[in-house]
Amino acid sequence: MNADLSEHEVAGRRAVIAGHATFATGLVSAVEQISGMGSSLVPVTSIGLAGVDIASMLEEALDTLDTSVIFTDLPAGSCTIAARRLQRIRPELVLVTGINLATVLEYVFRSASETPLEAATAAAEKGRATLVVHGSKV
Amino acid sequence: MPIALYRIDDRLIHGQVVVGWGQPLELRFIVLVDDDVAASEWEQELYRMGVPPEMEVQFCDVESASRHLGNFVCDSRMGIVLVGDIGTMQRLVAANPTIKTVNIGGVHHAPGRVARLRYVFLTPEEEQSLRGIESNGVEVSAQDVPSARPVPLKDLLSSKLDG
Repeated sequence: MNADLSEHEVAGRRAVIAGHATFATGLVSAVEQISGMGSSLVPVTSIGLAGVDIASMLEEALDTLDTSVIFTDLPAGSCTIAARRLQRIRPELVLVTGINLATVLEYVFRSASETPLEAATAAAEKGRATLVVHGSKV
Repeated sequence: MPIALYRIDDRLIHGQVVVGWGQPLELRFIVLVDDDVAASEWEQELYRMGVPPEMEVQFCDVESASRHLGNFVCDSRMGIVLVGDIGTMQRLVAANPTIKTVNIGGVHHAPGRVARLRYVFLTPEEEQSLRGIESNGVEVSAQDVPSARPVPLKDLLSSKLDG
C-alpha cells in the first residue's frame, strides 16, 4: 500500500516560486512529489501579466505565505525584475534566481533556526553543485 | 549592421528578449528607449543586471535615440531597439523615417484594452496609433518569439481573443 504522505502536515521553510509559463507550478509539484512539502511553497507565473501585475502577485504571495524568500527562474526574467523592484521597498526580501529543483528541495529542508538569507544561500550552493554533465569525450 | 528588431514590449528587457531573441540573433546590444528609464540610474541598473556579460545595454530617451540611431545602425554587432509602449514607438518612428519595420512583442492586459492575441491587448487609441505608424510606410506585425508566425497589423486588429 502506498501511503499518500502529501496529506500530512509537513512544515518546510516557506518561499514563493516564480517564473515563466508553468515553471513554478511544475517545480512545486515536483517538490511535493519528492518531499511532501509542496504546501510550503506558493507558485507565481508571469503568463499574461504586465510587470506591475507580476509585482502585485509576488507581494500577495509573500504576504499570504508570510515569507521573505523568492525563487525565480531566470536572472533577466520579468519575475526577477519584479522581485528586484520589490526589494527596493522591502529590503528584507531575499531573492535567488536561476534556480533548479535541487535548490528548492534543499531550501525546504533547511533549519528554521537559520535566517532566510542563510537558508537561501545554502540552497543556492546546493543547486549549483547539483549541475553535472555526463558524457564521453567524442 | 542594420538593427535586427524595433520592438514594443511592456516588460522591456526580459527572458523572451534576452534569450528568446537574443540567442538565435546573437544579440550583442540592446538600445532601451524609454524617457523614464533613461532618467533613472536605479532602473538602468535593474535592467542591466539581467543581461549576460556579452550583451551591452544602452539607455536613451526618444530624442537621444533619434540622434544616435545612425551610430547604432552602423555598429557591426547585432542589436535591437526596445521600447515599452506604442506611444514611444510612434514618436521614435515619426522622428526616424529610416525605421521600416516594427515588432509588437508584448502589450499586456490593462483596463480598456481588448485582447487581440494572448500577448497583445490594445485600446482603440493604441490601435489608431499603430495604424498611424503603418501609414508612415512601416511594416507592423506582432510576434512574441522568433519561432512564432508574425501576425500582420491588419490581421492583428481583426482578431479577438475570447475569455
